[in-house]
Amino acid sequence: MKTKPVKHRLLAKRRPVPLWQLRLYVMDSTPKSATAFANLKQFCESHLKGRYRITVIDLVKHPHLAKGDQILAIPTVVRRLPRPVRTLIGNFSDTAHGLVGLDLRPAA
Amino acid sequence: MKTNGSKSTSPVTLLPKCPTGIQGLDEITSGGLPRGRPTLVCGGAGCGKTLLAAEFLVRGAVQFDEPGVLMAFEETEKELKANVASLGFDLAGLVRRKKIVVDYVHIERGDAQESGEYDLEGLFVRLGHAIDSIGAKRVVLDTLEVLFAALPNEAILRSELRRLFRWLKDKGVTAVITAERGHESLTRHGLEEYVSDCVIVLDHRVTDQIATRHLRVVKYRGALHGTNEFPFLIGEDGISVLPITSLSLNHTVSSERIATGIPRLDAMLGGRGFFRGSSILLTGTPGTGKTIIAANFAQAAARRGERVLFFSFEESPQQIIRNMHSIGLRLEPMVKRGLLRFHSARPSLYGLEMHLATMFKEIAAFKPHVVIIDPITSLMVSGTDSEGKGMVTRLIDYLKAGQITSLFTSLTQGGHALAQSEAAMSSLMDSWILLQDFEGNGERNRVLYVLKARGMAHSNQIREFLISDRGVDVVDAYIGVSGVLTGSARVAQADLEKAAVLTSQQEAARLKREVERKRSALERQISGLRSDYESESAELRRIAEQVGTSTRMLTTERTASGLLRQADAKEAASTRGKPKPTKANP
Repeated sequence: MKTKPVKHRLLAKRRPVPLWQLRLYVMDSTPKSATAFANLKQFCESHLKGRYRITVIDLVKHPHLAKGDQILAIPTVVRRLPRPVRTLIGNFSDTAHGLVGLDLRPAA
Repeated sequence: MKTNGSKSTSPVTLLPKCPTGIQGLDEITSGGLPRGRPTLVCGGAGCGKTLLAAEFLVRGAVQFDEPGVLMAFEETEKELKANVASLGFDLAGLVRRKKIVVDYVHIERGDAQESGEYDLEGLFVRLGHAIDSIGAKRVVLDTLEVLFAALPNEAILRSELRRLFRWLKDKGVTAVITAERGHESLTRHGLEEYVSDCVIVLDHRVTDQIATRHLRVVKYRGALHGTNEFPFLIGEDGISVLPITSLSLNHTVSSERIATGIPRLDAMLGGRGFFRGSSILLTGTPGTGKTIIAANFAQAAARRGERVLFFSFEESPQQIIRNMHSIGLRLEPMVKRGLLRFHSARPSLYGLEMHLATMFKEIAAFKPHVVIIDPITSLMVSGTDSEGKGMVTRLIDYLKAGQITSLFTSLTQGGHALAQSEAAMSSLMDSWILLQDFEGNGERNRVLYVLKARGMAHSNQIREFLISDRGVDVVDAYIGVSGVLTGSARVAQADLEKAAVLTSQQEAARLKREVERKRSALERQISGLRSDYESESAELRRIAEQVGTSTRMLTTERTASGLLRQADAKEAASTRGKPKPTKANP
């Protein structure tokens, strides 16, 4: 799982379609979390179909994991791959912001 | 009726306090920070906010067995550990022993993009997890304002902060939140709006190029607190705040007397020296021996086995020791035995308050019996007159409260020794000894007199004060028509008197000889007369004998002639005349 970032960058260059690895931090109890997951899924389906993976981390069950990715806000999406790591907070109701946040703007 | 009665007698519950363990802060807040509530500590850059917060946690964990969580937004765990280690706090060790959790929250502006709604539940979870993992009672958030830079949506942030403080209260932890001071409000982002129980403002001010840190409790809901600004000190063992303005005049006094180390000076002070716990002012022009008297006093105290704290604002300890050695005063054994401690600092090193703070700290740590401040004047010039007097007042009050005898030397600028500052200061002093020098006869001599000594009969005489390689001595000065005679003039006067005594002694001897001579002449006369008399009386005896003999012979002859004539007085002749012829006829 843990590999050197340099290697990943090389891999990213070689592969035509890189794998997107996303982590979604939520709190189990809040309805916002459910909305966020739904929004993210829909977003990925439309932009990254077939080349993404979402890991949902419930901080109520695993509070110690919040420290690793410096999570403050809920919900937060962390783009682990491709590098660099990107963080996006919010429930994805604002798609335009989401595109910028995850660096998915088709323009560039 | 009954319920009314029970209501009126219900005890007033005081706000529970959470002691910080920080020197002085608990006194100002009469017990500590409000327990179970958040406290805001705000101030400008570099005034010690983080340190105060960290000390609150460390002392809580070490002294009060209250584990704590430090959530740092600005400094990493490693940096924090290094920073507080310089103050003697073993944060790393406390973290290892699970007494403290340090959680570094790294956020930077532009790090995170926003999309839609969110809350700060992540922060709550992290904090909650940290608190629960060690059962923390204290929480420090240093500093939340970083969030304002990192999270663009202020509306969400504000509502979340409100919720956070509420949540902290519900958790029952005593929290310290630090914040940067704003231009017009207490904090840059108005955090005081949410934390309304206790607000402490720290300040770092520069007056006359000298910086002093101050602490003020702006607000303390439901409790009495000192409202003044208190100077505080960041020293080797953390923060110490000095609640020095709360002193009053009700200290106990001692009637014990302590020697000055100069026997003659003791004699001038009613024979027994100063009162213990009194304040003594030693005024003099440069080079009159103020430090020497102070050092003598220190040595005398150390010989009694008392601890002496010597604050020197002009000389280094080594210099004082060397200089005193030249007059036969050995201070280094006392330093080695731990009876004498020097504290040297330049007056310009920091402000008056800071000096006072340092001195209080030293005094509290060393617990001396005698404190010497040499000289107080150089310290007073670093502030205004009123500040200076205020400082001396507080110092004396503090020392008197602890029954510590204090000796202040005061330097006056030539001319008359009673400068104005002394007049102001002297009213605070119990004893005042003046050192002066007299010029004349091509030399300069030191004199000493007791200007005042409260509560004792003291000498009104001016005494000459001598310094030699064997130490100091106080001798009588001669008062002549031309004033006080000192030095060689005094010696000359002594010689004159000696000569006069000699002359009169010689005169007496001459007179004695004369009388002796007269007496012997008289005796000679008497013996002459006596021998005359004796020779005359011998002559008289001789004549008397002659007369007797001739009379007897005459009688014998007459009797013989009577016998011859055969007179009728036969019987008379036989009784008287029988033996006589034998004697009369040799």
